Amino acid sequence: MLLSIILIPFITALLLLFIKDAKKSNTIALVSSAASLAISIWVAMKGAPDFNQAWIAALNSRVFLHADGLAKILVLLTTISFPAILLATGSNTLAQKNIFISLLLLTQAGLLGVFLAGDALLFYFFWELALIPVYFLCSIWGGEKRIAITFKFFIYTFLGSLMMLAGIIFLYTHSTEPNFLIQNFAHATLTPAQQTTAFVLFFIAFAIKMPIFPLHTWQPDAYEQSPTAVTMVMSAVMVKMGLYGVIRWLLPLFPVAAKSAAVIVVDLSVIGVLYASFIAIKQDDIKRLIAYSSIAHIGLMNAALFAHQVIGVQGVLIQLFSHGINVLGLWMVADIIEQQTGTRSMMAMGGLAKKQPTLAILLVAFAFANIALPLTNAFVGEFLIFNGLFQFNPWVAAFAGVSVILSAIYTLNMVQKVAYGEVSEATQKINFINKGAQWALIILLVIVFASGVYPQPLFDLTADTLQQMFVK
Amino acid sequence: MNAIIVSALLGVIMMFTSWGIKGEKSQKYIALMGLAILILANLSQLNGWYVIEYDTKGMLAFSRYGIYANTILFTLTFLYVWINGDEISKIGNHAADFYALFFFILCGASVLTSFDNLLMLFIGIEMLSIPLYILTSSDKTSLTSNEAGLKYFLMGAFSTGILLLGITFIYGATGSFHLTVPETGFKYEMFMRSGGLILIFVAMNFKVSAAPFHFWTPDVYDGAPTVFTSFMATIAKAAGFFAFMSVFQVQYQALGYSWTLLLPFVIISTLLIGNVTAVFQRSVKRMLAYSSIAQAGFMLFALYKPSTFANEGILLYAFVYSVASIGMFGVLIKMKENSIEGFNGLAKAHPLLAFVTTIFLFSLAGIPLTGGFFAKYYMINAILVAGAGLWLVIVALVFAAISVYYYFKIIQAMYFVPGEPALGEIQNTYPYKLLVLAVLLLILGVFPNLLLNYLYF
Repeated sequence: MLLSIILIPFITALLLLFIKDAKKSNTIALVSSAASLAISIWVAMKGAPDFNQAWIAALNSRVFLHADGLAKILVLLTTISFPAILLATGSNTLAQKNIFISLLLLTQAGLLGVFLAGDALLFYFFWELALIPVYFLCSIWGGEKRIAITFKFFIYTFLGSLMMLAGIIFLYTHSTEPNFLIQNFAHATLTPAQQTTAFVLFFIAFAIKMPIFPLHTWQPDAYEQSPTAVTMVMSAVMVKMGLYGVIRWLLPLFPVAAKSAAVIVVDLSVIGVLYASFIAIKQDDIKRLIAYSSIAHIGLMNAALFAHQVIGVQGVLIQLFSHGINVLGLWMVADIIEQQTGTRSMMAMGGLAKKQPTLAILLVAFAFANIALPLTNAFVGEFLIFNGLFQFNPWVAAFAGVSVILSAIYTLNMVQKVAYGEVSEATQKINFINKGAQWALIILLVIVFASGVYPQPLFDLTADTLQQMFVK
Repeated sequence: MNAIIVSALLGVIMMFTSWGIKGEKSQKYIALMGLAILILANLSQLNGWYVIEYDTKGMLAFSRYGIYANTILFTLTFLYVWINGDEISKIGNHAADFYALFFFILCGASVLTSFDNLLMLFIGIEMLSIPLYILTSSDKTSLTSNEAGLKYFLMGAFSTGILLLGITFIYGATGSFHLTVPETGFKYEMFMRSGGLILIFVAMNFKVSAAPFHFWTPDVYDGAPTVFTSFMATIAKAAGFFAFMSVFQVQYQALGYSWTLLLPFVIISTLLIGNVTAVFQRSVKRMLAYSSIAQAGFMLFALYKPSTFANEGILLYAFVYSVASIGMFGVLIKMKENSIEGFNGLAKAHPLLAFVTTIFLFSLAGIPLTGGFFAKYYMINAILVAGAGLWLVIVALVFAAISVYYYFKIIQAMYFVPGEPALGEIQNTYPYKLLVLAVLLLILGVFPNLLLNYLYF
């Protein structure tokens, strides 16, 4: 069951290499991603038995897949995102589209593997599998400055992964039994100094991936230059790899080191949140604005994780999912606008509400979700996150709270510039919204409000992870 | 034993084939057949079958490990000849001579995997090196080839002198040429012994092109005909490492604490010089020369302290690195231009060639799903198990990240930069031969055990 979630996109990706027709390959990819969505919904509701098979006997590494609450919610996010992305960007024309989609699905396989792997070496494999296709996707199909920027992104993250590899081997040589099971690493007896070393190695990898201030410099450029479908994958799902790593590795494996680093990490995160928010206010490029806003949201989640209060972590577990959905919606709207107007500058936009009321409504709705207004899904998560931060340190919560105001400023500013005012020359060009994108947006919107009004299923889904982290 | 005798015989036979048998194609097939025979003869020793029974009086000792190392070297040579056969015949007038030299090199290599006496180490190194000098200068019409050959010969002779001096020191201290000798009592003798070991260490570093004794490498690799660079950088180097392992697996303890300072110093300077200089190369051939220095830095990890990880790792590393390099040089031979720009637009012009090149580069960079990842993995694990500091690993990994920078420049040129690569004549089957190497790397990237299991049963 769990293996099939990963194998479906992987096999489809290989199959697509031989299907030259763009339309056909898109349909096949859609069917495949719908299939993995169906399976993952089933797994989320009913659970699935672990998959456990010997892999490299000499190292005692196993193909071990395990779905707990954390894995389930992220798998669900991934499998919802991909069909939505394919639906929304299906009509975009690209050279060699079958290879584009194939690489996209390989990324999906990698991401799903990362979230499901219970074996450290397997985890590392999937971690890289998720990265390498993205390198090719961005470098071939990206914007003007794509090659240099993607390379920067790649070297950054690759260096991070190598540090993580050193950490994994370090743990392996110190663990009680010679195997790579993550839960086994938790029993390793490390001195505080060793814990700190391993913590730092892993933290570099995750901090680059999230990214945490001051390691974030690759991100806005990469988001701006990547093809939109890839930007969506990166900001909705890939950055979650970093947070996932914190929850799966740093907090349970190195409790002492995590606790002593908490103040520094939380402070850095909050500084990053404010910094990103201020920069977002200044942006004119709509893609960059969303990118910085995403940095701010991720920073907030990371702060709450290291604050390590039950309520805050619960908030993060929900927000992992909600942030993905919201940012996906924002990117889709931005993509429709960019595809049709040919510009990303908000100065050139305006009057969308008059020209395309449906699109304007969708934009406003996702903007509200981005500010975390009540009734939207983000409200639930962020409310809990702030609660947790307040318990950790009221001052931190106060500073982080400023970001909500800032977020309102830049998001509403964007809405104002894009949706209202006179119909600009660029907006005049928006003549239709393609059906696929419209459906994808509506589905996402339903999820936004459904989980905003009734978030209980998400709480139930992640209950076991929370219990594991706090009840020992 | 079988390997040494059969390879020497085959070398002599090969020399005379150009008399009776005309045509370069048939000479290539004879060489391939000879290699197949060599592999079989070598493996049959495991079943107790000897070409001749001979008591070497402790000069040689045959172990399962050594025989397996031979098999790896022979298999690599087989792949090498299979892929490069046509290119070899383009150089000089008598391809059969070159094949004969390969067999002599392999004979030297089999001595190096089985010596139990420092004199045999010396003989093995010489048998390995002298044909290499010839191969380097084999392109008589090219000035750079001649220069490279002379340079290699002079430097090689010099390092051989150092090796002999070291062996003499050890003999003076212990009264024996054997690898395993009891500790001697007097302080003076201990000093002589460790001094001798350090001299041997220096000479061996020269042979495997580890810094700071690497200066000959870029010029020689660059000057030699590309086909032979491919052989030197892979099979000859791997054989050098196997010898290096057997000397210091036993003897490292004699150096005691200074070993834990000396080796990391060499490792780090090798990684530093190899990787950082490679970044600035415009010529892919020179870049691969520096990258081969850098890769040697990783292989040196296995010397730190004997362990299963080190023993298995060096075999895996040697094999995977050689396969990727043979492949990479195999692509390079077909490029008319050696610069990175020469690869521009290769993905459009020849997708399959670009794909296999990508896999080779991934493997050299140590990216997961290719054999190169596990090779590096074993090395890191070996050094951590041996109790060296984590800092050494972190430094090495930072350099691995730098290596990604220059390896990926070729990938960028192939896939992202438009252009018309100038390709030489490529036979239809040629890319598929390279594909075999690439698939081999991918298989080992998921199941490294397939190579290592045979060590044990």
